[in-house]
Amino acid sequence: MRILTAVIAMASGLIVLLGYFYPLDALTQLRIMLTDWAIIIAAMAVLIGIANLVFVQMDKIRKREKNSIYGGLLVLALIATFGLGLIFGPGHQFMRLAVDAIIVPVEASLMAILAVTLVYASIRLLRRRADVMTVIFLLVAVIFLIAMMPTPFGPVPGDWLVTQFAGMFSRGGARGLLIGIALGTLLTGIRVLFGIDRPYGGN
Amino acid sequence: MLALGIVLFTALLLLAITYLRRKSPAVLRRIEAFERLNRVVGLAVENGTRLHISLGRGNLFTARGASALAGLAMLRRLAERTSMSDRPPIVTSGDASLSILSQDTLQAGYRAAGAEDQYRVSTGRLAGLTPFAYAAGTIPVTRDEMVSANVVIGDFGAEAALLVEAADREDTHLIAASDNLSAQSILYASAQDPLIGEELFASGAYMGAGISHEASLQVQDILRWLVIVAIVGGSLLKLMGII
Repeated sequence: MRILTAVIAMASGLIVLLGYFYPLDALTQLRIMLTDWAIIIAAMAVLIGIANLVFVQMDKIRKREKNSIYGGLLVLALIATFGLGLIFGPGHQFMRLAVDAIIVPVEASLMAILAVTLVYASIRLLRRRADVMTVIFLLVAVIFLIAMMPTPFGPVPGDWLVTQFAGMFSRGGARGLLIGIALGTLLTGIRVLFGIDRPYGGN
Repeated sequence: MLALGIVLFTALLLLAITYLRRKSPAVLRRIEAFERLNRVVGLAVENGTRLHISLGRGNLFTARGASALAGLAMLRRLAERTSMSDRPPIVTSGDASLSILSQDTLQAGYRAAGAEDQYRVSTGRLAGLTPFAYAAGTIPVTRDEMVSANVVIGDFGAEAALLVEAADREDTHLIAASDNLSAQSILYASAQDPLIGEELFASGAYMGAGISHEASLQVQDILRWLVIVAIVGGSLLKLMGII
């Protein structure tokens, strides 16, 4: 069974990859078909994931674990939203209200907390790690913020020069990091494609 | 054609170095985050606390999936090492397919350690499907489930700061890595042990996931030098007006 899953995964991966490089009609058709299957499987995975989420929360409630009341709230909200969505359809006013009046404000609040968290983290950074790189990191961050922020008196003098000069180094650094990540991604993909890494089928 | 050539060259190089590496194990440079991880895993098993592994939101149908796969390779080793603990590790992810794969990987780790009966399907969880829903679903795990160490590895955005803050509040260890540049800068500013750039993809080699992971690191180094030569050579040729 494990060999079969590996063979299917490797063959599918190779067909999709070859379909990208050689857009022959047969290969393209096969690639599109496999991608469509993958999308259907991914949609099923979402349902399984949601079922897993519900079971985990129900288990917490059953065992009366700490803060399990939030789990109960989550399950109730899920059932209500799912039920309303089934009855009225996703485009109905109730569904839009659920998004506009609940989900968007909650996410906006988390975004606000995030901004405060980042400022606090920057303040504590020197206490956590006092070295040259940390000082450079903080200095560049502050200089960039000053150069880019809008002021009541118009642009800060020399902001263009600062963003161009500091941007040259930060863009170079970012590209270096991205090249490293791209190489890591390539190698990880090849390991999975050739069945060296098999994070499926219980291997 | 060039892209296919690069893929084939990389694959051949990986196979060749994996074959050669069988005789001589790699000597890896010291990365403090991995050394600390090895220590905290041992401590978690000894003091009966839990390890929390957060795999991010890397969709396996996109290039971001590679960071999730790197996280799964690490999870496989961690599951094997902590399967005998009183409290099994908990894995959270923000993508449904990744969540199923994390359960599969956990089970494989338990099986390899000869403790498959200890495996519980509820330890691999889908925490949320949007960035902030994921963060909101993951924070209670750090807070309420006797976690002593968090491994945050995979595709994260700015919401990673909320996970780091939660770990800090609970005074738990945190090792963090992401393939996203915004998340990397946030982790650098807020995490105790951030892994920067491609260090994320070195996690398998440092956790003893096998020769192929060590060979991957060597191939990455070779390719990096080739990229440097291509950039410098291309710039010089351009400067001389040849290309």
